Amino acid sequence: MAAYEKLVKQYDRQVFRIANHIVQNREDAEDVVQDAFLKAYQKLNQFQGNSKFYTWLVRIAVNESLMRLRKRRTGKMVSIDEDVETEEGSMPRDLADWSPDPEALYGQSEMADILRRTIQGLPPGFRVVFVLRDVDGLSTEETAETLGLSIPAVKSRLLRARLQLRERLSRYFKRRDLKPAQAQDGVK
Amino acid sequence: MTCTEFLAQLDEMLDQDAAIPLRADLEEHLRCCEHCEITLSTTRKTIQIYRSHEIYELPEDLRERLHKAILAKCRKC
Ligand SMILES: [Zn+2]
Repeated sequence: MAAYEKLVKQYDRQVFRIANHIVQNREDAEDVVQDAFLKAYQKLNQFQGNSKFYTWLVRIAVNESLMRLRKRRTGKMVSIDEDVETEEGSMPRDLADWSPDPEALYGQSEMADILRRTIQGLPPGFRVVFVLRDVDGLSTEETAETLGLSIPAVKSRLLRARLQLRERLSRYFKRRDLKPAQAQDGVK
Repeated sequence: MTCTEFLAQLDEMLDQDAAIPLRADLEEHLRCCEHCEITLSTTRKTIQIYRSHEIYELPEDLRERLHKAILAKCRKC
């Protein structure tokens, strides 16, 4: 039990993060964390050790999260394949360059709001791939294994997720070259 | 090289160490295509920003409550 407690402490933040990204509701995310760690404990003897414990755990957490989503939206099927057939993000449209230091434009909590709102606009199947690959740092192969997707599917979702996020963030981070008259506050 | 061909290799371009057979062609395209140059730099920034901001913080008090609940449930099964 002490050994398992160590695993819980090691991975709880990541499980909470991925659950939030899918269910987008804090209470459900808390439930997912509890259920995922309990399920993993019960199935510990099925863990083969040929994959990383973390990818195995995340797979359980993703399934638990999808189940929560289904309960919430009764009658509507929810899967990791939902809404991915979109043409958006195949070719960037908004080409404005960004401010050299976009993070200086906003305060910490405002920035977190922007990032949250922006990624919430993507289909769940894109969000999850982006978070596992780019935030958690899993490899393409590990992400594919975790989600039960093919490698080409992971690659195409990742590309579109990145491009869509980039395009949506442009609204906030665009370089704003003020005309001299506008730059001086109060000058008529 | 077209922009579409360039985009297909974006993942490899974001990984500076990746051995890409067409690296020279890709870099040549970057030099003369502002579109792809901006796409690459702002996509790189997008990833970096998401990586450096925890948008679903797990507060310490909630964390402790979850640990207790998880371990209690595990002990019962
Ligand atoms: Zn181009």
